[in-house]
Amino acid sequence: MNSLLNVLIGLAIGLNLVALGTGRLQALIRIVALQGVILGCVPLLIKPDFNIIIWVFTLITVLMKGFVIPSLLRWASRAANVDRDVAPMIGFVPSLLLGSAGMIAALMLSFQLPLLPEHHGSLLVGGSMATIIAGFLLLVGRSKAIAQICGYLVLENGIYLFGLLLVHSIPLLVEAGILLDLIVGIFVAGIVLDRIQRTFDSLDTRKLNILKE
Amino acid sequence: MQILHFLSLVFELLISLVVWLLLAPLLPGIVNKVKAWVACRKGPRLFQLYYDLAKLWKRGVVLSDLASPGFIAATAVSWIAILAAALLIPLGPVNSLMSFSGDALLLLYLLALSRFCTSWAALETGSAFEGMGTAREVSFAILTETALITAVLTLALKSSSLTLSLMLTPTPGAGTLLLISGLFAALLAESCRVPVDDPNTHLELTMIHEAMILDHSGPLLAASLHGAAMKLLLFSVLLVKIVLPLGELSGIESTVYLIAGIVLVCIAVGLVESFLARYAFKKVPLFLTTAFLFCFFALLTAWKGFAQ
Repeated sequence: MNSLLNVLIGLAIGLNLVALGTGRLQALIRIVALQGVILGCVPLLIKPDFNIIIWVFTLITVLMKGFVIPSLLRWASRAANVDRDVAPMIGFVPSLLLGSAGMIAALMLSFQLPLLPEHHGSLLVGGSMATIIAGFLLLVGRSKAIAQICGYLVLENGIYLFGLLLVHSIPLLVEAGILLDLIVGIFVAGIVLDRIQRTFDSLDTRKLNILKE
Repeated sequence: MQILHFLSLVFELLISLVVWLLLAPLLPGIVNKVKAWVACRKGPRLFQLYYDLAKLWKRGVVLSDLASPGFIAATAVSWIAILAAALLIPLGPVNSLMSFSGDALLLLYLLALSRFCTSWAALETGSAFEGMGTAREVSFAILTETALITAVLTLALKSSSLTLSLMLTPTPGAGTLLLISGLFAALLAESCRVPVDDPNTHLELTMIHEAMILDHSGPLLAASLHGAAMKLLLFSVLLVKIVLPLGELSGIESTVYLIAGIVLVCIAVGLVESFLARYAFKKVPLFLTTAFLFCFFALLTAWKGFAQ
């Protein structure tokens, strides 16, 4: 079971790098959605015994992260009429190299940590830290607001993965609450995007410092 | 006994020379055929490059007024370096001519020497287009060579040896998959195929490798074209030997598998050329960095043994 789990988390880590290397907004949204779906299936592997709550939770997570949030983002980008490019502030090659350096550092660190015996040989901790770093890089390295939201979603995926470490002691209701927050956050962000677009004629967040005056 | 050993050595040398010199021009022919099939055309003959080489060999050489004798020497050295690098690689049943610890490093250096001499010859002509092509080739080569060196390091770490005949043994696992992807991208870049360079382009502004040999003519152009074909064969053999355990099979079987593998690589190259457009120059470094990262992660998995 652990090896399948590692394959899924490895795929998610690979998607981090793809997200850092892609230049198209729609592709970025699709990648983040795919990562959400992959990570949404992880609880099933951690708690293999049949449990209706876990199944329902997984289904909701996959639906939300894989379909609802991406369609909200697509709706927002259509409404705001943005171009297709993500307009990087940190170039693609540097962000790819930084992301992989962060990923290696996270994995090396996770091998050094004194983990519980059941988490030995699992990529959960390293993968979650690598995903958080990649999300952070996307958040600071892209100038378009929609790409930054995607970065935020990747960051959240990393935190969610870390939360799964505690799946045996914290009820999944907490995770479900976080998911609800996320949806509301994205929904509000969609409205904010529309406002930014109307006021500044662009989604480039660098222009927002005009507000200072 | 001594004489028999000597004779078998000579025989093996002859076989590998025949393979590398005579069969290499077939590969671009296969790639072009695949491209033609995908586009529902008839395409050039399979042996077109042989006819081209024969035609070029008979023609005279036009030399730039600025070119020193180094122009001819560098082109020749470049071709010889590729041939020498090729002779280091063991071919299925035929062992490599020289096998010693560290020949993998020699392979890398010979490829670098070949590139250096091609660039030198290009600069000898004193033409602006050649200079531009050289600048592009050399700057992309930094990334490609990084990927190649990392791939060789990975193989060395896996087999804990620096001898090519021992290094080129496949090991199952996710690392090999990463290594194959990285090496295939490096193959496309090294043999100037599509996502990086377009071998068919006739627009100087978009050329990379072709721009470097614009002023080569006659036998010198033949040497450059033949060298490029040998390089493609060299990388295909490397790729096949990393995937297929040819060393464990008998002579005939391993030959068949080797040939099938090389043809498959050519078909893959042809399909990539048919379905992908050449990337803009801005995007090429990203592609090559990805190739490097694939090789680098393969190195990490070989080193740490995770993701197995």
